[in-house]
Amino acid sequence: MAALKIKKGATSHSAYNLRPNFSDVIEKHTLAVLVENEPGALARVIGLFSGRGYNIDSLTVAEVDHTGHLSRITIVTSGTPQVIEQIKAQVGRIVPVHEVHDLTVEGASVERELAMFKVVGKGEQRVEALRLADIFRANVVDSTLESFVFEITGAPEKIDAFADLMRPLGLVEVARTGVAALARGA
Amino acid sequence: MKRQMTGAKMIVQALIDQGVDTVFGYPGGAVLPIYDEVFQQNSIKHVLVRHEQGAVHAAEGYARATGKPGVVLVTSGPGATNAVTGLTDALLDSIPLVVLTGQVPTFMIGSDAFQEADTVGITRPCTKHNWLVKETDNLGPVLHEAFHVATHGRPGPVLIDIPKDVQFATGQYESPKPSTSRYQPQVKGDMTEITELVAAMETAKRPIFYTGGGVINSGPAASQLLRELVDATGFPITSTLMGLGAYPASGEKWLGMLGMHGLYEANMAMHDCDLMINIGARFDDRITGVIDSFSPKSTKAHIDIDPSSINKVIRIDIPIVGDVAHVLEDLLKVWKSRGRKTNSEAVAKWWKQIEEWRAKDCLKFTQSGKIIKPQYALSRLEALTKGHDRYITTEVGQHQMWAAQYLGFEEPNRWMTSGGLGTMGYGFPASIGVQMAHPEALVINVAGEASWLMNMQEMGTAMQFGLPVKQFILNNERLGMVRQWQELLHGERYSQSWSEALPDFVKLAEAFGAKGIICSDPDDLDDAIMEMINYDGPVIFDCLVEKHENCFPMIPSGKAHNEMLLPGDHETQGVIDSKGSVLV
Repeated sequence: MAALKIKKGATSHSAYNLRPNFSDVIEKHTLAVLVENEPGALARVIGLFSGRGYNIDSLTVAEVDHTGHLSRITIVTSGTPQVIEQIKAQVGRIVPVHEVHDLTVEGASVERELAMFKVVGKGEQRVEALRLADIFRANVVDSTLESFVFEITGAPEKIDAFADLMRPLGLVEVARTGVAALARGA
Repeated sequence: MKRQMTGAKMIVQALIDQGVDTVFGYPGGAVLPIYDEVFQQNSIKHVLVRHEQGAVHAAEGYARATGKPGVVLVTSGPGATNAVTGLTDALLDSIPLVVLTGQVPTFMIGSDAFQEADTVGITRPCTKHNWLVKETDNLGPVLHEAFHVATHGRPGPVLIDIPKDVQFATGQYESPKPSTSRYQPQVKGDMTEITELVAAMETAKRPIFYTGGGVINSGPAASQLLRELVDATGFPITSTLMGLGAYPASGEKWLGMLGMHGLYEANMAMHDCDLMINIGARFDDRITGVIDSFSPKSTKAHIDIDPSSINKVIRIDIPIVGDVAHVLEDLLKVWKSRGRKTNSEAVAKWWKQIEEWRAKDCLKFTQSGKIIKPQYALSRLEALTKGHDRYITTEVGQHQMWAAQYLGFEEPNRWMTSGGLGTMGYGFPASIGVQMAHPEALVINVAGEASWLMNMQEMGTAMQFGLPVKQFILNNERLGMVRQWQELLHGERYSQSWSEALPDFVKLAEAFGAKGIICSDPDDLDDAIMEMINYDGPVIFDCLVEKHENCFPMIPSGKAHNEMLLPGDHETQGVIDSKGSVLV
């Protein structure tokens, strides 16, 4: 848990860039929110997005620090720079929120998503699906004589690309976790 | 020191330890153990309201008049849902409240039990924070944290939902320790930003202070520092509805309230200024008018404890996150250390311009004939109550705007009104809360007859607790503000905006054992107001006023600050275009 680097005491509200550029361009941002792992904390964050009309493109949440009672919510959202700044400030003032990081602007970051694809088919299609899965380094986690379940991990774009390829090969069901992200470097 | 006690006892003990002297509440099945503890102690006064909404507004009035958090105790289900309007009101106006709700026992939660509601779910968007306490051992820490959260940072309402079995069970209680809370919002402003603001103040040609409720929430020191800053710089100052009293209305730099029904000179100065210094206000849509034309030529500084208020609506050039009192103290220090400079020649010219706007005398009215003008009624109320230890609450509508225009506030915490949410029915219970805090003061609720009826059941509370609150009702037998908008926007089709089947307010007062006064003649008004002031007990004052008076000046919706309608403007038809008419 050393990598968490939770700041104690004062919240990091002042660290926000309060002089955003007011352009009309819609940007996609990935936010990492460290939140007290208490009942209702996730509802509070999600309720804020729906109540104030912000977008959620993807959202993942899990406890990351059991002793510190902390969960990490990764939210991919989109909006103008002003809206993004507002989202960060609004999320930041939720009482159980410890920290908000905008991974899109705070230096380089890595994003990963896990997905499972059920592909149903026979003969040549089935072979082709397996061959492509190999190229994408997807694992077979379940198989029958007419189906595979592939597990794939990667950036969302890679998973989108794999989904596009599987669709004509008998893709019947998809489950995706949503994005988890971390800043690069120490 | 830890002590063993029941959850119910813990709740009362925590309130005592937090310095609570008054609780507004209404009992019910899910809070019976707490009420049993309330019965067995003498430290806390319990004010039995007649409706839970009244309890929350009363607590708001108490909080605003004292600067301490207001405390509410209500039961589960309907008790909690009836509190929702008050919670939302307190959230929008940043009023610190601690609301305790009973809940069905933990083992019945989710079973649609009698008087069960998902209280934390329902109140999540209308509280600053809320908690459902499922273990008695957690009750003490959560109660203490609740007071901390309600009063630190931007104040607001918090709610604790307490299942009945948690109240009966015993657990460990510990008195509050000096803040161990993780929640510590930033109060000191960034010195670089503060210095940048000082530099802008030194050269500004047309500066203006635009202040709000944040100054009052920050405490008496903030108002004191604001007065010092304004008087030292000589810059003009205007305030929002929520900020009235932070700077005295009799102060020579005072321009009056700004906004939709603000003063002409205040709005014109906002529009034409070159440096706007927002202190604890939030660019509400009642203030800005149409955003695109809002003060187009100014550099804008914004001091606010809530980072999300900055750049939310208006683009800010100099953002300062911090508590008003802390920031103003540093601001004054820096300004003095740099030689107390202002561009006094330009500022004198700016004042000349302001005096020209002021000469329009935008609040001018003529009282003639035998019908009382509402503006006249309030001018007389102001004149006759000025010397008193006076607190004013209001309901919502035209009377509220007239009260803000025609009454002067010399001190903070003397004016309680529902600004953000615009809650009709706020003023009467709020006046009860204020009177509980200041038993000897003259507490007047300026009301409209329609708003007043929304929480008139609280007459029972006023009588039971001997609270001499004065209900000054400007009775135009109309929903005056709705009527005004229908005149301006909907071709004078007055759909449902009149008050029919009104009670005889004098008889109503007498039915409760209070005093009723009716006045319809301007010549009798002074005597009637004096009679109200001098009566030792609650009074319902039915002041029959002109029925079709419009509230001016006014920025029509969708218009800018420099496009105000003044009292003389009779051409009001069609002033609001289709774009403006969708705004509220």
